[in-house]
Amino acid sequence: MSDAPAVKKKFSEKGLEFIDWLLGRYPNKQAALLPVLRLAEEEFGNIDNDSVMLVAETLELSPGYVWGVLTFYTHYRREGDGKYLLQVCSTLPCALRGCRDIQHRLEEKLGIEAGETTEDGLFTLKKVECLGSCDTAPVVQVNEKYHENLDIEELDKLLETLRG
Amino acid sequence: MAEIKAEKFEKVLTKYVDQEGSASLDFYRSHGGYEAAERVLKELKPDEVIETVKDSNLRGRGGAGFPCGLKWSFVPKDTDKPKYLVVNADESEPGTFKDRVIMERDPHQLIEGSLISAYALDSHICYIYIRGEYYDAFLAMQKAIDEAYEAGILGENVLGTGFRLDMTMHRGAGAYICGEETGLLSSLEGKRGLPKIKPPFPAVEGLFRCPTVVNNVETLSCVTHIFDRGVDWFKSIGPPEGPGPKLLCVSGHVERPGTYEVPMGINLLDLVNNHAGGIWKGNKLKAIIPGGSSAKILAAEECDVGMDYESLAAKDTMLGSGGVIVIDNKTDMVEALYNLLRFYAHESCGQCTPCREGTGWLQKICGRILHGDGRPEDPDMMLDLSKKMCGRTICVLADAAAFPCESIVSKFRSEFDEKIAAGDGHERTVHLGGPLVQPGALSAHNQERLDELQGGH
Ligand SMILES: Cc1cc2nc3c(=O)[nH]c(=O)nc-3n(C[C@H](O)[C@H](O)[C@H](O)COP(=O)(O)O)c2cc1C
Ligand code: SF4
Ligand code: FES
Repeated sequence: MSDAPAVKKKFSEKGLEFIDWLLGRYPNKQAALLPVLRLAEEEFGNIDNDSVMLVAETLELSPGYVWGVLTFYTHYRREGDGKYLLQVCSTLPCALRGCRDIQHRLEEKLGIEAGETTEDGLFTLKKVECLGSCDTAPVVQVNEKYHENLDIEELDKLLETLRG
Repeated sequence: MAEIKAEKFEKVLTKYVDQEGSASLDFYRSHGGYEAAERVLKELKPDEVIETVKDSNLRGRGGAGFPCGLKWSFVPKDTDKPKYLVVNADESEPGTFKDRVIMERDPHQLIEGSLISAYALDSHICYIYIRGEYYDAFLAMQKAIDEAYEAGILGENVLGTGFRLDMTMHRGAGAYICGEETGLLSSLEGKRGLPKIKPPFPAVEGLFRCPTVVNNVETLSCVTHIFDRGVDWFKSIGPPEGPGPKLLCVSGHVERPGTYEVPMGINLLDLVNNHAGGIWKGNKLKAIIPGGSSAKILAAEECDVGMDYESLAAKDTMLGSGGVIVIDNKTDMVEALYNLLRFYAHESCGQCTPCREGTGWLQKICGRILHGDGRPEDPDMMLDLSKKMCGRTICVLADAAAFPCESIVSKFRSEFDEKIAAGDGHERTVHLGGPLVQPGALSAHNQERLDELQGGH
């Protein structure tokens, strides 16, 4: 109907093909929600209100439902997240091997606390739970990539590389 | 206790993981890959496969240790509903990082094991639910699945036998509770990852309300080797009532943390001292959590124990996920426990009161002890609370939080008492009777609007 809110975003052609394939893998559209949210994250860089509207329309779900599911999960990139998501593992095995020093160093160097984004929009610092890499603790996941066995020196180098 | 020697033991799950190209189909096939599956599909009936797995005494490697063949036998045969096989690759129990090795370095053994299992269960659809953070493992698995389709190992006509199997990777998005099997199934259905009350068990009514078997990555990989090398070989490794090769993840205060493939039943001290290089920095052992963060802790003097289901149960703890977290004598146990309680409070899905409130309060109480505000009655209150959280909830996350709490507080009680005695024990006083809103507390914005409405009166 004409008075339904217009969806401002569109998936790419390739994205739509992927969704078609995806829908063939499940007995209903709702089951494709997590993968389609992943696709939105990939195509648009993060998931904002417009992405939620688009995903809801694509899968014939209500936007409220999609928000409800989205906010249950912590791993999707959300509007306002920096270009680099620095995810510092803070669970016991990493804590036993010094992850707190890593977190403090990042807070000091970036001038933000865990949960915040730098003003230039480059970095978001997040404290996360066990990344399944405790044998190489301490660990920071930067976007998709794991940086393992970190010490302060390597951490500083990593930040410099990311700053470009 | 009979010593189980690791030297004579031949690795199978991680035999090739250090070799270049170990993840590719060519590599896998050059070492006899998919021969077992082909034999099973051509020569055995599904029921015979289930019987063999039952006979092998393979127990689940994901946490609960449930007998695998027995679980499979609960799937109804006389149903026209589709049956699903779901691989639990969520691997989010703190201290666990073994499934990642299989998926990144030898993914075809998981596909082969899943293929054999799906055949046994008369299932034609398999989903692999992998935690969102495991991007590299996801890529490796996806590539392996693509190769398998290409080679006719998956799809309409598996290995030329007429059996059909579709396999799909499904990425999670950061929630510990999606490792719990019913939470996982909710998530796979495109919902919040909320666990469901059992019964009905997933084997009867699971994914999309159809019969569903959920098994861990390592469990299904073991299936491959059971059919490759035979039941007798499998049962000869470790205690026959729960045998097999086992991946143990050693983390914390050891010289060489890592994933070690060892015979089930290996002595915990042998594992830590000889395989993992002993306690780091020449420090002394204080305690070990033997089976992922949800297992009850063992104090140093209790660590002379076999790493198998029965021996650990006899010490009132569990093999769990195989995550061995080693803690040295310099560690503050109040702080260590606080870290875990924070984790569980964060990960509780909030459906059940004993879990939601229990994990929250345990964190708060432990936190105030840690920060010098503890009260003398706090440790007993934590023990009491832990006891009351167990067995009263939809899933066992509540128990999983209570186990480390109860065991750490009771085994390291003096550390808690000392902190409480040393703290100032101050309590915040509450002032009742004052104005509801602090005078002048309205923000400028609110004040403006109020003035506008009431003309400043
Ligand atoms: C809170 C919680 C988290 C769990 N996380 C995992 C997990 O990450 N991976 C896993 O395989 N099993 C996990 N489990 C166990 C599963 O519920 C289930 O028992 C297991 O996947 C069954 O497979 P198995 O019999 O092959 O071990 C978890 C259980 C609970 C209660
Ligand atoms: S026990 Fe905890 S995590 Fe499990 S369903 Fe209840 S509230 Fe959720
Ligand atoms: S605790 Fe940090 S990766 Fe496991």
